[in-house]
Amino acid sequence: MERMEPRARSDAYGSRINRSHSPLLANVIPWLSILLGSLLPVFALAAALPMVPPLGFLTLLAWRLVRPGLLPVWAGFPLGLFDDLFSGQPFGFAILLWSMTMLVIEFVELRLPWRAFWQDWFTAGLLVVVYLLAGWLLSGATPTLPALVALIPQLLMSVLMFPIVARIVARFDRLRLMRWKRV
Amino acid sequence: MAPSGTRRSSYSRRAQYNLFTGYIIAGIGALIGAVLLGLSFFQPSFFGGPRSAAQDAVSPATETAATVRTSSKSLWDSISGYYRAGSKNAELKREMELARIRLEEAEAVRQENVRLKGLLDLQDQERTPVAVARLIGSTASSTRRFAYVGAGEDDGVAVGMPVRSPRGVVGRILETGSDSSRVLLLTDSESVLPVRRAGDEVVAFAEGRGDSLLRIKLINLGINPLAVGDLFVTSGAGGYYPPGIAVAIVTELTDDGGVARIVSDPAATDFVAIEPIFEPDAASGATTPVEEELTD
Repeated sequence: MERMEPRARSDAYGSRINRSHSPLLANVIPWLSILLGSLLPVFALAAALPMVPPLGFLTLLAWRLVRPGLLPVWAGFPLGLFDDLFSGQPFGFAILLWSMTMLVIEFVELRLPWRAFWQDWFTAGLLVVVYLLAGWLLSGATPTLPALVALIPQLLMSVLMFPIVARIVARFDRLRLMRWKRV
Repeated sequence: MAPSGTRRSSYSRRAQYNLFTGYIIAGIGALIGAVLLGLSFFQPSFFGGPRSAAQDAVSPATETAATVRTSSKSLWDSISGYYRAGSKNAELKREMELARIRLEEAEAVRQENVRLKGLLDLQDQERTPVAVARLIGSTASSTRRFAYVGAGEDDGVAVGMPVRSPRGVVGRILETGSDSSRVLLLTDSESVLPVRRAGDEVVAFAEGRGDSLLRIKLINLGINPLAVGDLFVTSGAGGYYPPGIAVAIVTELTDDGGVARIVSDPAATDFVAIEPIFEPDAASGATTPVEEELTD
């Protein structure tokens, strides 16, 4: 008897027979993971230096760059609102910066519709640096030079962290489109 | 990954409108953000309500994480304690003997103090903390240095109360929720604390620099009397902190004072005590504008 190619019945998202995507998971996972990213730095040690990368912002960037077209342009507003509750920056900072970021990426994408990961990393790195410097400038306190110097480890860590966050987001994306539902 | 084909909305009117509305909403969102940011610059406590409510909501989770973190840290400490245990033990024994002698001397000084104060009719009140709680979180990714502590209005915590660890000052309460509050740490660049050098009356301000160090600004300028290794304690001026709590040790000298390292690093702190405001009258007087005092 002729054997069927076993992979023909399934793909990376699971079996294709008798299964379908869960609309709830497919819609909720991106938003939930960004909210979780905003929340995680609160759990870190009360260190005397800002050390933890802005995980919520990085996750937003990763979803936007790894999966273009998934998050709407206005996603920066509600997500930034949540981030402002926990970040310690003055209220409104993340709303402004995250909305601007989404718009900026939109315009970058109009120019460069086809990109490799390196360009994405470059874009994300640039945006994170601008974000952290704006955070230093608009922190509600007088911006001081020592505080700027103290920002450098966090800057480096955030830029280097982006590929990892992008991989995690790619994993989440696979989970998002897994065929869970029995048809 | 390249964008999917949905960007080119082709001839579908509905798709075109959707895309356009998205841009409009994003633009309005950014504008609202700018307005809110401006508002919170002029009125930093304006959004304190939603912020502390959000912090209250996550405090059970952060509390658990803090408990696990400190217990794992102490496990590591007890493992590393075995390294060169013999020589450490001998050294500790020597230190212990010296400390016992110093303790007896201190006891004698204390008794003499009590006797002299009795002669002068001065009375010392025992200061009991309002609450003892864990540091349960921090704003680890922001330039501002805030921490969250697991006690709030329900425990009697109020804005302005000093927060201290067994080692020294940690900061003071900035916002209160019902069972968690926000602490302005000493290293935040908005934190200013009146201090004096332990042992004499060299008074100064300790300002946070935002990079885990404090800047000691001497009030009396002239020849800089500081030396590396000087310990600064709270002076009690301003009325918030009781005098004599350790704050920082000078590590570097500058023209108008020095740069100091905090004694009580919040990262190494487990439980903190929230104490009542030292002299509430003085503290409220310090915040009253000059014009109001004149008309009084």
